[in-house]
This record gives sequence, C-alpha cells and structure tokens, in this order.
Amino acid sequence: MYSVPAASLLRFARRDIGLAAMNKSWSPEIEAFRREVRDFIRTHLPDDIRCQVAEERMDLPREDLIRWHKILHEQGGWGCPGWPVEHGGPGWNFEQQYVFERELALNDAPRLMIYGVGMLGPTLMEFGSDEQKRRFLPPILRGDVYWCQGFSEPNAGSDLAALKCRADRDGDDYIVNGSKIWTSDAHHADWIFGLYRTASDGKKQHGITFLLIDLDSPGITLRPLLMFEGTHEVNQVFFDNVRVPVTHRVGEEHRGWTYAKYLLGLERFGTAEISRSMASLGRLKTLVAEIAADAGGAYYRDAAANVEIELRALELTERRLLFGPGGPDAMGPEASMLKVRGTELQQCILELTMEAMGPAGQIDRPRDAQPGSNRTQLEQAGRNYFNYRKTSIYSGSNEIQKNIIAKAVLGL
Amino acid sequence: MNFQFSDEQTLIRDSISRFLADEYAFDRRLTLTADGLGYSDVHWQQFAELGWLALPFAEQYGGLDATPVETMIIMEQFGRGLMVSPYLSTIVFAGQLLANAGSEEQCETILPDVITGDRLLACAYAEPQSRRALSGVSTRAERDGDIFVINGDKSLAIYAECAHTLIVSARTSGVDHDAHGVSLFLVDTPTAGISMTHHRTHDGSRASDITLHNVTVSADKLIGELDNGLPALDFAIDVATAAVCAEASGAMWAVYEQTLAYLKTREQFGQTLGSLQALQHRLVDVYTSCELAQSAALDATLHLGADPAARRRAVSAAKVTIANHGKTVGQEGVQLHGGVGMTMELPIGHYLKRLTAINAAFGDANYHLRRYQNP
Repeated sequence: MYSVPAASLLRFARRDIGLAAMNKSWSPEIEAFRREVRDFIRTHLPDDIRCQVAEERMDLPREDLIRWHKILHEQGGWGCPGWPVEHGGPGWNFEQQYVFERELALNDAPRLMIYGVGMLGPTLMEFGSDEQKRRFLPPILRGDVYWCQGFSEPNAGSDLAALKCRADRDGDDYIVNGSKIWTSDAHHADWIFGLYRTASDGKKQHGITFLLIDLDSPGITLRPLLMFEGTHEVNQVFFDNVRVPVTHRVGEEHRGWTYAKYLLGLERFGTAEISRSMASLGRLKTLVAEIAADAGGAYYRDAAANVEIELRALELTERRLLFGPGGPDAMGPEASMLKVRGTELQQCILELTMEAMGPAGQIDRPRDAQPGSNRTQLEQAGRNYFNYRKTSIYSGSNEIQKNIIAKAVLGL
Repeated sequence: MNFQFSDEQTLIRDSISRFLADEYAFDRRLTLTADGLGYSDVHWQQFAELGWLALPFAEQYGGLDATPVETMIIMEQFGRGLMVSPYLSTIVFAGQLLANAGSEEQCETILPDVITGDRLLACAYAEPQSRRALSGVSTRAERDGDIFVINGDKSLAIYAECAHTLIVSARTSGVDHDAHGVSLFLVDTPTAGISMTHHRTHDGSRASDITLHNVTVSADKLIGELDNGLPALDFAIDVATAAVCAEASGAMWAVYEQTLAYLKTREQFGQTLGSLQALQHRLVDVYTSCELAQSAALDATLHLGADPAARRRAVSAAKVTIANHGKTVGQEGVQLHGGVGMTMELPIGHYLKRLTAINAAFGDANYHLRRYQNP
C-alpha cells in the first residue's frame, strides 16, 4: 500500500545505512590493488610495445604479445587474470579483474591474448577432459601456445549456425574439409579452436562439434585478407582433408553450439572497449586542447567533451549492470547494448581524432616506422579511423546485437 | 561498489508508483493541469501524510534525513507518472537551499510548515537579462538600517504563483555578472511591491515573472552571508538539476514502455509493428538511451556530496546526457506511435513536452557542455 508513510520506512532504513547505501566508489582494498597493478604496468611494460598500443594498433607482432604475456605471467599468473589459482591464475575476484583491464588500457598495455586466455581456457575448464586441461591449459597460462578462433565462414557470418565446414568421423580421427574466414591472428597462431559440422539433419544448431586443431597439420593453408587500410589482422583458413584426433574434441559430438554459446557469453565487458576508449579520448583531448579558436578549436573541444560525457554515462551503465542486483553473472543480453554503444563511441572518438588532425590526418604513414619514439595514435589517425570501422561489424555486428536486444530484452 | 537499492528504498519507490497509478491516472492529470494551479491541494496533503515532503530535511524540523538517492527515487516516479506539482520548487530546490544555507532560526520558522504541507516555497533567481549565468543578477537590495529594499525583475520562477515564501537573489554589492556581491533573501508573498505575471508552461506547470518594486524585508531575512549567496544557490541548483535528470529518466522509461506495448499490439499489413526490424532497432536505441539517462541521473545524484568541481562536472554531464537522449526518446515515442501519438488524450506527447521543458530548465545542453569543461 502506498499509505505506508515514508517516515516509518526510513527510520528503519537508517539503522543499517552502512550496509544498504549505494556506493559508486571502490573499496580501499580495490584502490590499493589498482595502485599495485598500475605501478607494475608502468614499470614493466616495454616502451616499444607501449608505443604501438598508444597508436591504437590491434595488429601487434606475435613476439610482442608473447613477451608482454610472459612479463605478466611471471608476476603470478597475471597474463590470465580470470583464471583460478588451481589452474595457475591469480584467483582474482571480478572487481579485481575489472580494475586490471581498466589499468591495462589506461596505461597503453596490449589487449590480452584473448582467444586462449579469455575464451578457450575457461571453456576447457568447464567442458574439457582432464587430459585436455592438462595438455592445453599450462601452455596458454605461460604464453607458449598462441590460439585463434575459427567460427565464421564465407556463408556463415551473422548466421553462424549455418556453418558448413565439415568434420567427418574416420576411426579415431575427424577429417576436416572447408574453410573459415575473418580468422583474426591465424597468421600468428599455433592452434585454432572452432566449430565444425558433424551432422546436417535437424536444427542447424545441432550437429556442430567443437574441435581443437594444430595449425601445422597437413592440409591447412592460410590466405591473408588485408583490410582496406592495409593492416593484416584476419585470414581465410582452408582445410583440405585435415586429420584431427577425436581426443581433440571438446565435450560431446554434435553439441558444440552449447560450448560456443558458453564461450561467447564469457565476454561481459570486453567488446564494448570502454577502457580503451577512455585512453583514446585522453589522447583526443590533448590534441584538441591545442587547436586555436580560429581553427575550430571550440567546436572540437565541445565535440570531445560531448563524447566524454556519453562515455561517462556508458561506463556507469556498465558498472550498474555488473555491480547491481545479481552481480556480473546477472548480466545477460544487456552486454549487447554495451557493445553497440561502446563501439559507436570508440568510432566517434577516432573519427574526431582524424578530423581534428586536419589535412595531416590523411597521411598514410609507413607501418613499420621505428617504434620507441613518442608516436601516438595521432600519427595514424586516418588509418585508425578506417581500421576501427570493423568494431561495429566484428563479434556479432551491431545489427545482430540489436536483434538480440529486441528479442531478449524487449521481448519483440 | 554497490548499485542496489535497499529494501526500504524499493518500498518507497513502489508506494509512490502505486499512488500515481491510483490517484493520478492520465485523464485526472489532464483535468488538473487544464486550469487553476495545475495540481491538487488534496494530493499535496497526501504527500505530507506519506512523508514525501519530509524526505530531505533534518529530523529536528520534522524531516527524515533522507539521502539524495531517495529524492532521485521519488523524482523518477514523478517523471514516469508525469506528476505536476510544486515538489521540485518547494521541497527539492527552495527547501533544500534554505536547509543548507539558512540559519537555524529561519529553518525553524519555515521548514516545519513546509513539511506539513502548509507552506510552499519558490526560488526567484533568474532574470530576463541573465540568460543562464548565475551571476547575472541586477536586481538590487539596498541596506537601509535594519531593512533591505529590493528592486528588480525576476523571470520564470517555477510555481512562484502559489508560494508563501520566495527566495530571491539580489545584488548587495558589485555589478551585474560579478560572482561576489549576490545575497539571498526570504520574501513572503504577498508583500507590498511585488507583482507577478503568471504563465502556464507547455508541460502543464506554472511559472511567474516577478517585479519587485521597493520591496522591504528585515535584515533577519538574509540567508547566509551577505554578498556570498552564489555558492549556496549554485549547490541548490545542482540538487534541483540532479532531480530533474532523475525525473527525465523516469519519463523516458515510461515512453519506452508505452511505445513497446504499442508496437506489440498495433497491427498493420497483418503483422504487429513490433515484428518489423526497422522499428525494433529504433526501439532498441530508445531502450539504450533510457539506460544511459538512468546512469546519468544516478551519476549526478551520487556526486551531490562531492567537492564543487566534481559535483558540477557530474551534474553537467548528466544534464547533457539527458538532453541528448531525452529529446530523441521523446520524439521517437511520438513518431513510433504514429498519428495517435499526436493526440491530446495520449500521454506520449505530454512526455515530449515535459522532457523538452527539462532540457530548457537549469541550463540547456549547450550551457552544461561548457560548464562541464570549466566546472
């Protein structure tokens, strides 16, 4: 009844206000953890790697990613921040993982080696056999084996379950034929995990099997796919009678879709890249602060402030969803909203950066200019603007994300 | 880090929500806003009985010592229900300005009556020439022994029409746009020398232009320090701004829910509108805007106790977010309803009117975008 006066409610509330009060701040323990992580990154991140990240590059050389991973690993499994202690990870709680990711981004450290660390590792912990855990997890932890992901196919993009790359059973092996496309980092990787068609009767989500494949296997060829601004990040991977031992199947045959959904659901805040955008925005603000008033300075400063405000609202939305009722596990299809809005803002920041550079933003600088100088993304503003058009397409295009929200949140 | 409402906060929210459903159905609102003061005295008395008028005030005056989060909760619900009342002007704005800056004696005299619903307050701070600058005060208060004599014009003071006491900003030293030299006074109405022109605003509310001609108040009506009224006024405006951000957030969620319900039921070409992807995606954008606006309102609310620069940045950021997204949501609500969205008897257009009024209140997006950069 509304006739319960607020007075009686509040007198009750004040008794335990310390417990019930909303609080936007981190605990002193988390703040101390943040300082520890920040200090470590600032003192241990090699400058040549930092410069590449500050340029907004996503196509770091394999050796650099592994070098940084090993530095983190030496610190107590920090290369795998979400892993429990029993598998060699730091055993951090979710708040610690969240803060760690933020500090990596704000201090221009590379993104984690996500396919092994963030995706396959936890999936094996959940569904892998003991033998698979024993064999595959330690090399991921140490950074000795580089993984990539084989999901999309030429005719299975947004409609992933329409995939056709076949795995036919032959004794103790599967024989794989077909191709995977948009495979990020396949040219760096040692192994590929992915989804293969083992049956084509019934629902298309049925008959998909999750396999782990050594990229050195006979019958595998790679075709690099250059993005239109010139970077090599993705590939097409061809499988021609590739033999894969049945022991490299994760879980049950035909049930790979379930494991893939679990794997994709692990990504709660990564694809929104809010932390990365905060770092990019910092660089944009430095740039626009110096633009003279008669060169459009006020316009660019207002535009940068506006996107900063929008990012602030999104960042708080992310925290509200992660640290609200139910905690991070309650985050469901709302993650799609963060991805859509996060990539919109990320693209907006890089577009503004290029525009604010003026004509200099149009220079296509050589990719392999010496790292170690104080180059930032400003040197590559045009390339970054073009390159990051991918973010609203990958990991489920923003249109697919909106379909998901419409169905799962709006009930349409 | 904790973004959960306590059980008690949830109970308050639910009780306001039920009140609005039972006592403030949309046709009742249409009748009430059509004439008179635009709201019901009976409702105001119910607000008092339910303790809502007591929420933000100290216990010694009969208040409940509630936090800004409770004000956010009530304003969100008022936004959802399109409530028109002097709650913002009396309780949130002028009431808390007095509570924060007034003397114990002034609070003792006024606040208990406010809490019982017997006294209404309003704040008269904007002036025709001031635009949005708080220091744009050319109304003057000249000291004459134990009294001040006030002369000047104030514009669009929300619900001054029914206020028993006004808080008036006036210059006691310096010139227009000096930050120093502005003082705040309690002025009871009616008082000799005050004349008002009342306006109905598009959102069904009321606002008045006020002329003060040789209005005399005794020196004990000065609120706080002489010449140093702006910091308290600035704070009170931020409190009120955070409150209208929360109200906007509630209004936006209502637009989203009503539009969603409409798309699920309205059929054309043999299918519901909600089955059309073009419309689904637009409503997903509306939903996203609602989440962002809710975050912005919370951001502002949780920063009201921060240091002034952090508080101003958070409140201005929130006001910009509300402006960016509130306008879109309001317009999309009307558009997605089609012709029926243009009609008087449907709430949807009235949400657009209230969201538009909120964007214009306490500094528009342009003002707050600049203040955000120089807090």
